Amino acid sequence: MSGTTGAAVTVGATARPDPDDARPPAAAARRSWRLGDAVVPVFAALAFVYLMVPIAYTVAFSFNEPGRTNLVWRGFTLENWQNPCGAPQVCEALVNSLQVGAIATIASTALGTLVALALVRYRFRGRTLANLLIFLPMSTPEVVLGAALLAQFLSIRVNPGFTTVVLAHVMFCISFVVVTVKARVASLDPRLEEAAADLYASPVQAFWRVTFPLLLPGIAAAALLAFSLSFDDFIITNFNSGSFTTFPKFVYVSATRGIPAQANVIGSAMFLAALLLVVGAQVLSVARRRRR
Amino acid sequence: MSIVTAIGHGPGQGAPAAAPRRRARGGAYLLLAPGLAYLGLFFVVPVFALLVTSLYVPVPGGEVGSFQPAFEWANYVRALETYWPQLVRSFAYAAIATVAALAIGYPIAYVIAVRARGRPFLQAMLLVLVVAPFFTSFILRTVAWKQILADEGFVVAGLRALSVLPPDGRLTATGFAVVCGLTYNFLPFMTLPIYANLERLDPRLVEAGADLYASGPTTFRRVTLPLSMPGVVSGTLLTFIPASGDFVNAVLLGNSTTTMIGQVIDSRFFKVSDYPTAAALSFVLMVAILALVAAYIRRAGTEELL
Amino acid sequence: MAAHGASTGTGPEAVAREDRVAPASPAEHSRSRRSGQPGRAAASGGDLVLERVTKTFGDFVAVDDLSLSVPAGSFFALLGPSGCGKTTTLRMVAGLERATSGRILLGGSDITATRAHQRPVNTVFQSYALFPHLDVLENVAFGLRRTKAPDAVPRARAALELVEMAHMADRRPSQLSGGQQQRVALARAVVNNPAVLLLDEPLGALDLKLRRQMQSELKRIQNEVGQTFVHVTHDQEEAMTMADTVAVMNAGRIEQQGPPEELYELPRTAFVANFLGRSNLLAGSVAEESGDALGVDVAGRRLWLPRDRAVTTSGPVLVGVRPEKVHIFFADEGVPDDSNVVGPGRVTDVAFTGVSTQYDVEVPGLGTLGVFAQNVFGGRPIREGDEVMLGWAVRHTFGLDGHEDARSGAQVEDDA
Repeated sequence: MSGTTGAAVTVGATARPDPDDARPPAAAARRSWRLGDAVVPVFAALAFVYLMVPIAYTVAFSFNEPGRTNLVWRGFTLENWQNPCGAPQVCEALVNSLQVGAIATIASTALGTLVALALVRYRFRGRTLANLLIFLPMSTPEVVLGAALLAQFLSIRVNPGFTTVVLAHVMFCISFVVVTVKARVASLDPRLEEAAADLYASPVQAFWRVTFPLLLPGIAAAALLAFSLSFDDFIITNFNSGSFTTFPKFVYVSATRGIPAQANVIGSAMFLAALLLVVGAQVLSVARRRRR
Repeated sequence: MSIVTAIGHGPGQGAPAAAPRRRARGGAYLLLAPGLAYLGLFFVVPVFALLVTSLYVPVPGGEVGSFQPAFEWANYVRALETYWPQLVRSFAYAAIATVAALAIGYPIAYVIAVRARGRPFLQAMLLVLVVAPFFTSFILRTVAWKQILADEGFVVAGLRALSVLPPDGRLTATGFAVVCGLTYNFLPFMTLPIYANLERLDPRLVEAGADLYASGPTTFRRVTLPLSMPGVVSGTLLTFIPASGDFVNAVLLGNSTTTMIGQVIDSRFFKVSDYPTAAALSFVLMVAILALVAAYIRRAGTEELL
Repeated sequence: MAAHGASTGTGPEAVAREDRVAPASPAEHSRSRRSGQPGRAAASGGDLVLERVTKTFGDFVAVDDLSLSVPAGSFFALLGPSGCGKTTTLRMVAGLERATSGRILLGGSDITATRAHQRPVNTVFQSYALFPHLDVLENVAFGLRRTKAPDAVPRARAALELVEMAHMADRRPSQLSGGQQQRVALARAVVNNPAVLLLDEPLGALDLKLRRQMQSELKRIQNEVGQTFVHVTHDQEEAMTMADTVAVMNAGRIEQQGPPEELYELPRTAFVANFLGRSNLLAGSVAEESGDALGVDVAGRRLWLPRDRAVTTSGPVLVGVRPEKVHIFFADEGVPDDSNVVGPGRVTDVAFTGVSTQYDVEVPGLGTLGVFAQNVFGGRPIREGDEVMLGWAVRHTFGLDGHEDARSGAQVEDDA
């Protein structure tokens, strides 16, 4: 899908000076800007509400009394949360998704980090080609990626399942890892590695003692991105999973006959976990900053 | 959140000057080899397989779903003749959704990056809210929209009562609902790159703009907006590309008149086992998007995107 | 003053010192950090010698057939404008850059092919390059830990004492000011007791006052630890204040090398004359020899030049004199004997700087000459437009090769 994060990083600020606009501030303009001061946050607040509505709905209906479907409100209960695996297959699908996500994350983060290091640190023949190869999977719609992989698996007569899903997920995660880590590598002062070499660190030591710790935030971010992309992927998975079911696929398939409230429980729990993770990390870093 | 954290880390120690670096090239190839080989095997080869499949012809007298190698370019002609409305509709929906996401996402990014500058906790919290949707399955969220906007839901009832909607008017199963779903689902992809860009923008530039007698809106238009263009370009691509190939929103929120190309590809593959047509359509979609992206990047002047 | 010329000889100041103090334990001197490494023997014992070293980047010759000898224990400065190859030279000594040809010797052993992490050489980087993820103490201990020194922490603390940063030991680099980072970077290098300590414009990022303070501080620390310091800078005042020996570099070559006073009083090239301070250089040609002096015709005037202060004794020469050696006077005033006199000329600019007044005097046929006059006596005030004479002692005159560009090195000084 993009050089996005990469673009944000590599594309330099391109100021476009426009001399014809340097007129003194008219009083009217200033007043309207003060109005604008309020308009923008209010608009943003509404946008946040818009963002939160379906999540609130999902969370609310995770507390709904069970029935044949989970479409109408029947009354509050904690039953679904006490028994999240109550619905057939829902936890199996979740475990599948977590497994696929874990493997895809590790593999794509390792492969992508190496590529990112090479792309930033070296000048070599074929750089443009390598960049293109990273960029293309991101700028190809998932339906095409899924179809292409399926076409390949069919032509070599591989039955779709767990393995093909993992292979597919690693593929579409790599580019995002590369782009994310690249930004971090680019912001790394190459003199730090020289300083390490100057201070008796062998290249291997310099990597593990200096480069890797400094890249770690970027690598961790890339891994998280890879995991969330993998965990939430439906389209590519749908093409290459055969009878293997992941959590998004489970939800999609059961959407026609009614999604069990347990799916809402799992979705809500993932959301809360992410929220707690970020808040926790933030509190921790604030605390650490205070201590210093 | 990943993208956020990644982007959140600005250059730690200032832009490092390009020190003269001359290393053995072998090292570069060694680092690249595993990753690029993987992409070669599971991206380039599959795309090639797709191209080959798209030229297959049915086995004469064979059962459904059995094909044999050929160079049947007419597959493309037939596919385009039959499905051009879906292709055009996909791009139209994706374009509208992208513009809508930009209109919603830019103010969000601006408020987080600029207005909340210097308040890291607030910034982090708002960012979480932007990325949070990633963590509830996007299908769950789309289903949630379907139910919120359902005919028997309170939204439709309220709008009917206010006469915004005619008594028999509905929100689901319309093109409008599909576009809303696309906008919603890809909003974080729009917001985050713009946020990353604005976050990095030197506030002194805005002060300089004000110092040079530009009013607030003028400073925004002449300084902030042009400088955030790389983020806008990234965001629009990140939104447009997946939106144009999406079919989940069309399936869950649309009806038979809102069919998108992704749906066609999906059903050609799985419902009727018409692999060549599905492959041809996939290939057309890919090429069309690449052409659009290339033109757009050139137009936006950010060829460094790679 | 004896003319050492542009040879690679070093001044008498550059002899090794006796009173060396290692930061932690003097016994470390003979300690071998890692077996089988060349140049480890005596950390402060070996001279650094560069033999005909050349470094090219593609077509660009960064360092051109450079030979250099730095005696152990000396404070050596490589001075030159940006792009002259001084940093590349430093990086080759550090092992961060491979020499295209030539040899680098340390204490007699060839380290040309030794990799950076195997050389007993440490660098204070221009941007300090402190590890942002490690605190100050761990930054300083980094090298000791890599060489598995048993007493890494106490030695790191001692080094921090040396640079007066012990109280900041558990801070992160980002929490330090520029001057403090500079001190930590110095401690991080010094603590390893390297055979040669390289300083790459270490004071470049500091403001003027802090820079002056750090200059004397660096000098003190070098005295205390007795290690060989090789200091790269484009600041001529910094080089002259701190170094025992200064080598002036230009376009990949060493123009002249020697003690600061010698370089200043007796420059051997137009570049050195102009880059190190200011010079008045007048083009002429040798017309007669009289005893120890050469008579030079300069635009119809006869100026005298001591033979032993001239690079060449025949043909075209540049007659040079430093502005502060020149007296400015009115035509009706007397001049001491043994002086070169030019004029009359017209004062085109007067700049009062406090301790001195700087005059620009336009002399027909010679161009503009600079004069620095100490503000000591209250004679007749000299104003812009006045017609004046200029004179200076013959013994202050120096002679350069007349084929040189008289303005070489004059423009680059300002880009610092």
